[in-house]
Amino acid sequence: MLVIVPFGLLFGVAGTEAGLNLSEVMGFSILVIAGASQFTAVQLMSDNAPVILVLLTSLAVNLRMAMYSASLAPHLGAASRWHKTLIAYFMVDQAYVLSIQDYEARPKQSLTQKLAYYAGVCTPLCPQWYVSTWVGAVIGQAIPPEFALDFAAPITFLAMLAPAMRTLAHVAAAAVSVIVALVLAFLPSGLGLLIAAGAAMVTGAKVEVWMQRRRA
Amino acid sequence: MEHYSKPEIWLIIVVMGIGTFFLRYSFLGLIGNRPLPEWALRYLRYTPVAVLPGLVAPLVIWPSATGGAFDPARLLAACATVLVGVVTRNVLAAIAGGLGTLYLALWLLG
Repeated sequence: MLVIVPFGLLFGVAGTEAGLNLSEVMGFSILVIAGASQFTAVQLMSDNAPVILVLLTSLAVNLRMAMYSASLAPHLGAASRWHKTLIAYFMVDQAYVLSIQDYEARPKQSLTQKLAYYAGVCTPLCPQWYVSTWVGAVIGQAIPPEFALDFAAPITFLAMLAPAMRTLAHVAAAAVSVIVALVLAFLPSGLGLLIAAGAAMVTGAKVEVWMQRRRA
Repeated sequence: MEHYSKPEIWLIIVVMGIGTFFLRYSFLGLIGNRPLPEWALRYLRYTPVAVLPGLVAPLVIWPSATGGAFDPARLLAACATVLVGVVTRNVLAAIAGGLGTLYLALWLLG
């Protein structure tokens, strides 16, 4: 829960640093409400990447949410369309992780109880995201360049990534992503990254299969 | 950023918003209870670790603030962030370690 506020602040700062105005920064946090992809978009935009590559790459970061959606479907799929719309809008990483843990720990809950838990998780999370983005955008303009805030976004990415290095497959995927992105850095901005991400996904999946076979 | 017109910026925001919403709504609302095939899950699992490292690497090696010149302070800060993150598994500790190292290194080397 604590993670939301610093991320929101940093996104607000990074967005204004990159040249977005307050309403655009807030537009990201309210309409997209997915931190890592927002950072990705802003980073590519400050690199002047073509619009289509900004969209493809930052949406690729959110592909994992289709996986969240699939894993929540058995629990919440029976809810009304209106409820499912709200659930989808608020499906941030923390909301998914906390809810699925609760549903798996206590599978006998009714749909109403599950919906109540989900709402209870989102209520403190999401307003914090909006407010901290706003604060970051407002104070970001007042912070002098000595504070090297250009590097706030890369540090945030690395900090999010490090705990995700759970298996050899994750490490291999990350390594391929880094190497291919650096080698293809001469391509128009965003294009090398998209190729690197594709290669890294395949690497992660292949290494996972290989590790399973070795264990079997 | 000067490269984009205002409508283009809002196009990016709105399309990302709609796209992200449908990724979140996908299985919950449209496809229903059919489980995802294992091979698809296997690819989806790796999307964040496939995209983010490739996004960060050039920023660490060729930082925009120095006009793309290699900067040892920023490289040290990046290494410290990963190290603290891997050891503590704590995102906030990693950010604090990275920013602390960055300021210390900028002060010592600058």
